[in-house]
Amino acid sequence: MVEIKDVRINGRGGQGAVTSSRLLGEAAIIENQYVHAFPNFGPERAGAPVTAFTRISKEKFFEKTEVYFPDVVCVIDPSLLGKVDVASGLKSGGTIICNYAGEMDKLKSYFKGVDAKIHKVDATKIAIAEIGKNIPNMVMLGALLKVEPLVKLENLIEVTRQYFTKIGKASAGDQNARAMQKAYDEVQ
Amino acid sequence: MIYEAIIMGMTGDEAVAWAAKQVNPDVVPAYPITPQTIIVERFSDYVNDGLVDTAFVPVESEHSAMSASVGASATGARVFTATASAGLALMNEILYVASGLRLPIVLAVANRALSAPINIHAECTDQLVTRDASWISLFGETAQEAYDETIMAFKIGEHPDVMLPVMYGIEGFIVTHALERVDTLPDEAIRNFLPPKREISHVLDPSEAKTFGSLVLQDYYMEIKRQQEEAMERAYHVTKEVMAEYSEISGRKYEILEEYHLDDAEYAFVTYGATAGNAKAVVDLLRAKGEKVGALKIRMFRPFPGNDIYEALKGKKAVAILDRSATFGSPGTIVQNDLASALYMKQGAPSLHGFINGLGGRVLMHEEKEQIYDQVKQYHADGKTHTQEWVGYRS
Repeated sequence: MVEIKDVRINGRGGQGAVTSSRLLGEAAIIENQYVHAFPNFGPERAGAPVTAFTRISKEKFFEKTEVYFPDVVCVIDPSLLGKVDVASGLKSGGTIICNYAGEMDKLKSYFKGVDAKIHKVDATKIAIAEIGKNIPNMVMLGALLKVEPLVKLENLIEVTRQYFTKIGKASAGDQNARAMQKAYDEVQ
Repeated sequence: MIYEAIIMGMTGDEAVAWAAKQVNPDVVPAYPITPQTIIVERFSDYVNDGLVDTAFVPVESEHSAMSASVGASATGARVFTATASAGLALMNEILYVASGLRLPIVLAVANRALSAPINIHAECTDQLVTRDASWISLFGETAQEAYDETIMAFKIGEHPDVMLPVMYGIEGFIVTHALERVDTLPDEAIRNFLPPKREISHVLDPSEAKTFGSLVLQDYYMEIKRQQEEAMERAYHVTKEVMAEYSEISGRKYEILEEYHLDDAEYAFVTYGATAGNAKAVVDLLRAKGEKVGALKIRMFRPFPGNDIYEALKGKKAVAILDRSATFGSPGTIVQNDLASALYMKQGAPSLHGFINGLGGRVLMHEEKEQIYDQVKQYHADGKTHTQEWVGYRS
């Protein structure tokens, strides 16, 4: 059987969940891995809960479905906690990483009965400090890579820089790179 | 020779647009429709960035897109366009004109459900129902196949023995909008594979007047239609040749059918498009449990390779046809009907069980496919030879 890692990103419309799922996939492709990355398409509304998926494997795989049983869940927006079942379908012993400023015990209280490794990082604070606005999508992926080394951080930073250069915002690429490194270092 | 791949991360739509850029067609008339839109958007970027020499014609509808394609192709131009769902339905009238005039237009289809109710997600009915329009009709499973089939389509359709339009489908969102790794060819490889211009035999040319699309009544209409059928029969062989040739330059094995663990299989899934990927994944799961099951992917729907399918399935007990298309009041699913026709009364042909599934983007979970497998084994045990049913819906 091919070993596959399924990542689900839970965010809100406008926070870059879709972009981050794609960039995670692009970083994996740089490493010669195989991917299937896409958002859960529906009506697009800023602020509405959204999900995006990245399926990664070192070997070629055939699956062509949305991710229902993720190995890893990355929660970009803390306001989803307690409102959206972000642990839905998570494989037993999987990983949840949240953008969260509070205490770990409080965070864990949202996942009572869920068999998961739970991590947190204050991505909002890092994003505001380093990027100047609350867009914590790539920041969260930086933190994620510390606890789930799906790709090398340097490769994710590289595709992120390329992305921002392509849309004419090279300085945002630098800012995100710094913020991703910081989140990688600070994640608990 | 196998060219070294240039690895890129692209969605299915982006892969189509990138391949079309490398082919550098003379004319692209197009009208955007979800989930094909990105193909047209990217291609128009390439036009405006001066990366292609293409005359890009933004038209006011898909009927016009295909009409402009017909006009351009009749002058000898190499023409590409793309559509989906209702757009393909609106083109329908002109599809027959394109094939009847023997114009090798290439059409990418982002397979999407038809209204009503309105739905933007994956379903292949839009393309399958064009089966009688005398178009060569292919399906792709991945962004890689979307890329590769774009390039092959021109070579197949433009072959002097064929001269028929070619459409190829990839499913909406799950392929069109999903990022995958795509091994692309260098421009040089495509230039060597595909002549830079169409080989031109009969075209509109002011210096040598000819008539196109004239009135033909009882005197010759049937002969012209018969010629289309003969071209379609030759297209079967040409497609095989072109796929073999493309395999040699890409290192990726292309055939009109793709077999997966079929040799010793007693049962098989028969399917096409993205569903084939999921069928193969389920074959892996079932094989791990010791089940003798395989999968057959139909890459070419028209011309329908009935004999090849018979050879591939001969001796199997029963097959489950996973058909992501809707047909109503029919004895089988759309693909099952062709399969039944091709296998009828043939020695060792398996029993055929069609499953309409996945309409409007509905996902058929792996467990459901395993249930289908168990069901088909049961049908075989019960002596049933032909069933058709719907799966994966709430009653």
